[in-house]
Amino acid sequence: MAARVSLFVTCIVDQFFPRIGLATAELLERLGYRVEFPEGQTCCGQPAFNTGYREQARQVARHFLEVFQAAEHIVSPSASCVSMVKNHYPELFNKEPEWQQRARSLAGRIWELSQFLTEVARLEDVGARLEGVAAYHDGCHALRELGVREAPRRLLARVRGLKLREMPGAEECCGFGGTFSVKFPEISGAMARRKIQALCESGVEYVISADASCLMQIQGALSRAALPVRTLHLAEVLASR
Amino acid sequence: MPREYILHKVRTALGRSAGQAPAPAPEVRLSIPEWDFEARWRRFADALEKLGGKPERVPTREAARRRVAELVGDGPAVASDAPYLAECGISGLPAVASGFKDAAALRAACASAHYGITSADYALADTGTLVLLCSSQEPRLVSLLPPVHVAVLPAGRMLTGLDELLAILPQPAELTSAMVLITGPSRTADIEQILVRGVHGPGEVHVIVVEQE
Amino acid sequence: MTPLYQINIRKTLADEHLEEAIYAATGRLMDHRRKVVAPEVLPDYQELREQARRIKQHTLENLDYYLEQFEQQVTARGGALVWAREGSEAVDFLAELARRKQARLIVKSKSMTTEEIGLRERLEHHNLEIVETDLGEYIIQLAHEKPYHIVAPALHKTRYEVSEIFSRRLGVAAEAVPEKQTEIARQVLRQKFLAADIGVTGANFLVADSGAVVLVENEGNARLTSSAPRVQVAIAGIEKLIPRAQDLAVFLKLLGRSATGQPLTVYTSLLAGPRRPGDPDGPEEFYVVLLDNGRTRVLADRDKRQSLYCIRCGACLNHCPVYRRIGGHNYPWVYSGPIGKILSPQFQGLTQDPWLPFASSLCGACAEVCPVKIEIPRLLLDLRAEIVKAQQGENANRWERLAFRLWAWVMQRPKLYELAGTVAAAVLGEESGQSWISRLPAGLNIGPLRAWLSQRDLPPPGRSFRQLWRLRSSRVG
Repeated sequence: MAARVSLFVTCIVDQFFPRIGLATAELLERLGYRVEFPEGQTCCGQPAFNTGYREQARQVARHFLEVFQAAEHIVSPSASCVSMVKNHYPELFNKEPEWQQRARSLAGRIWELSQFLTEVARLEDVGARLEGVAAYHDGCHALRELGVREAPRRLLARVRGLKLREMPGAEECCGFGGTFSVKFPEISGAMARRKIQALCESGVEYVISADASCLMQIQGALSRAALPVRTLHLAEVLASR
Repeated sequence: MPREYILHKVRTALGRSAGQAPAPAPEVRLSIPEWDFEARWRRFADALEKLGGKPERVPTREAARRRVAELVGDGPAVASDAPYLAECGISGLPAVASGFKDAAALRAACASAHYGITSADYALADTGTLVLLCSSQEPRLVSLLPPVHVAVLPAGRMLTGLDELLAILPQPAELTSAMVLITGPSRTADIEQILVRGVHGPGEVHVIVVEQE
Repeated sequence: MTPLYQINIRKTLADEHLEEAIYAATGRLMDHRRKVVAPEVLPDYQELREQARRIKQHTLENLDYYLEQFEQQVTARGGALVWAREGSEAVDFLAELARRKQARLIVKSKSMTTEEIGLRERLEHHNLEIVETDLGEYIIQLAHEKPYHIVAPALHKTRYEVSEIFSRRLGVAAEAVPEKQTEIARQVLRQKFLAADIGVTGANFLVADSGAVVLVENEGNARLTSSAPRVQVAIAGIEKLIPRAQDLAVFLKLLGRSATGQPLTVYTSLLAGPRRPGDPDGPEEFYVVLLDNGRTRVLADRDKRQSLYCIRCGACLNHCPVYRRIGGHNYPWVYSGPIGKILSPQFQGLTQDPWLPFASSLCGACAEVCPVKIEIPRLLLDLRAEIVKAQQGENANRWERLAFRLWAWVMQRPKLYELAGTVAAAVLGEESGQSWISRLPAGLNIGPLRAWLSQRDLPPPGRSFRQLWRLRSSRVG
């Protein structure tokens, strides 16, 4: 009986990058998991939380906790959303002990994709193949809130035909930051341009990340600078054959 | 009154009452590596050289005296009244002025001297640091005003590092109104981050460590 | 109407030379730090951070005890303690002291606390000459500017600008070589040190069990400021206390490394009281001014109290991708960078510069390098929530508030959420959203959205994941 995994695609992937969600599902199925998609899911609440609207964030978070209540393992292709649930939900409900308890319990069952693969599935070689030279961009939430640094690199190292190069300033923020990119577009843009400058210098064809929002940010700067580098989500790379 | 006002605000902020004992302070763990003198000297010299300082090692007090004489030439040099300098015969050198009874005269001498000669109470091996406990025998300005600082001390005063210093001297304030840790020549990178030595303090620092006991 | 702070930020971002200078300078400081906290060089770096945090936490949680102990020790060593509720009380004390001593000239070493209270400007009204002796601060003083960075005040100045400032203000011939410029400053300031009546310093640490002031520097100006004049005054915030001299074993290992990549700075002075009997030099009078100026208010906030742990190393500034692009002058108060973002609202008021805590992508680089482990991103989020709450009655964010209310309502209803997604996709049409949005009237206040879309591409709308998943599941059966 295959182990059950509940997919949390996140609103941004659901609406704008469905291929990332499909790649994640395909990958997990290929590895022998039974993937289900709880249809009630919408958003983790991060946009409201990020902008200071705690009450609204709580409302959406309660919905999330209800939807995923019975899930054994929740896997998501978005590090920032996983971090929201794991690291910020308990704090969000610090005045509601029952909800806080539910949040804590769920925190132990939710995984960002690369974490799930390396720590739960205990795999590094997922049988992927992709020819090309790529750099990995460390999304800030993945890196600093979830401690994800080695896992994606180890997974990518096993992708046949893929040459991974370290990008100078890989750990520097791409400038998305949710609300920040709306309120301070010039600074956000300046940060993205710095990022792609580093990419240029490393001479890669692809830039890979574990967060769709980072990819959107970087892609925007790449196309405006007319650079031929393509952005790919980790899930897409790992699902490639 | 500002004092009562501030203390009251602090206590209210913390929910503490006047006279309430503090919670126990976190333990301080000082670690003292087991390095013999050779190991200490190597680290000290290495660290100080990297900073542009000039560490030297001499076998005897007599050798120290000769070396200092060489360094200061015709001076003008001013020396503190540290007993060790007298033991080495340095305070007696012709180009060296010391034994000032008058604070103003000492200050004037420091301001016009090219060389300031002191001993040091300790040295710290891992950072290439001199430790001076200012006193009647070791004024503050001798190691500060002249552009060249020469320090002479016996090898036995070289400690492993800051931890050992604080282990030996948990209460420096009891001994001196000014304990100064000197790590290399004065420097700045305030203009375009370009390193310049000798801003206000000495731009040249010589440390002579004497092996003789 | 574009707010002034946005205009200023744009100006800085458009200045290529300045941009390059800030980015390069902070990059260098980052590199210096990285080398000396690397595990091979400082294996217990993380442990030291935790120890430092614990000591600061303990000290602040028992601050009244340590303040009294410090006062007792300072007095026992022949010094005098002055309590200042606000900046003006500290300034008044100094002005009165200068009057009593018939002082004309004051030399000053680098102190952000004195910048905070505008000490120099206020004292200049009392007909006193006050000279900054730290080279960077001296340049800034001559240029009539605010410091650019907590540790490197003249980070933004080129040597040519320094040459211009020196020749204009000091009347010297133009000189653009940094070594020579330093020599000019050294000569001028040497005279000031020796002639000064009062020396004013800040304090990196105040040691409770010793009644001591600790000064950490590289130039020697703090030593001269505290040794040459007859009267020494150290001004420091109440949060600068540490319990014991031995605690310096932790803090001194972290401060220099975090700030400039130095295991120890050139000079570390532990000063306790005026000269002792028999001392041939050193100040005859020693005062320590303890400043509140809003710190007790921050202390009262359990969650944000950690803002007071700061040891002013500047590492957060160097690592902040926002600071590295907009530089120190775009922050409204004396403290810039991430630490400035959490201190300003707490000291100046939440609604004074409500935009400030939002000017962060919450990347967390600051928290990663803070030697005392202040959780800056967490505090930024707390402040954002407080600001939103404080602005509830106002018109300021009316549309934003409404938008989030609506958003939350939709997000709790999956069918509605899906419907909204389908509608948006249909409305956006074949192209991605930019074109028709840019044709909307400006008054609809979607300027931010337009700007956002101008830098990013939304992919051409198609089916959402859930629609595709349903299709797939029905196929797979």
